[in-house]
Amino acid sequence: MIYIYSFLFAGFVCMLGQIILDNTKLSAGHITSIFVVTGAFLDTFSIYDQIIAHVGAGALVPITSFGHSLIHGALEKASDMGFIGLLMGMFDLTATGITAAIVFSFIFTLLFRPKN
Amino acid sequence: MEKVNYEKIVEKHKPTETRGQNAFIAFVTGGIIGVIAQVLTELYASWFEISTKDASTFMLVTLIFLACLFTAMGFFDKWVTFCKCGLIIPITGFAHSMQSAGLEYKKEGPIFGIGSNVFKLAGSVILYGVVSAWFFGLLRLIIMGG
Repeated sequence: MIYIYSFLFAGFVCMLGQIILDNTKLSAGHITSIFVVTGAFLDTFSIYDQIIAHVGAGALVPITSFGHSLIHGALEKASDMGFIGLLMGMFDLTATGITAAIVFSFIFTLLFRPKN
Repeated sequence: MEKVNYEKIVEKHKPTETRGQNAFIAFVTGGIIGVIAQVLTELYASWFEISTKDASTFMLVTLIFLACLFTAMGFFDKWVTFCKCGLIIPITGFAHSMQSAGLEYKKEGPIFGIGSNVFKLAGSVILYGVVSAWFFGLLRLIIMGG
């Protein structure tokens, strides 16, 4: 059942992005930025946590979960350290994704040559 | 007057089917990635006997690795052109934007080429994500106390 929920949620978010892309003048960069802010906003009231609990990994894949992870790490640290914790914990949960993307893209950039 | 007519004609001939088709393709491909993510998470959790949370981190790294590799090998661009938001909105789009920017500016050297351009597209996601997460976190700390 969780597979169906994953499919529906991830598909729905992507479809929403595609509809915005086709019907407005916003570019893909605008849409991903808007979605990240939306994810951060939803997690301010712990709504995104509920979605992940019900939907599983389907909610972790769209870029909205990037915003969720940012604020989630920040708030977790802030509960120990107060306001400075917001700055300390910001990248706690997203560090893996960002580091992996940087390292892999750098290695592959060195190894491969561009097609055109 | 003529301009108004022209706009009307353009509006009439705008392909409405492709919009619906695009949305459908994005829905299906995005959904497939969601299912792959869920399957991978469960596989990793049972293989390495780790918690679901750790397994989902492994899953994200796998997706990022594959997106970078396929982009570098050259055929991921065609997939993105076909699926559009189905591949841009998931984390694969983040990796794809960094990898393609890196490859595109490779010829300008390691510092001014790769170094300063890798975050050209992904940078806005990080910037607005961090600023909004900081702002919302601050609001929540002030209003709800953590």
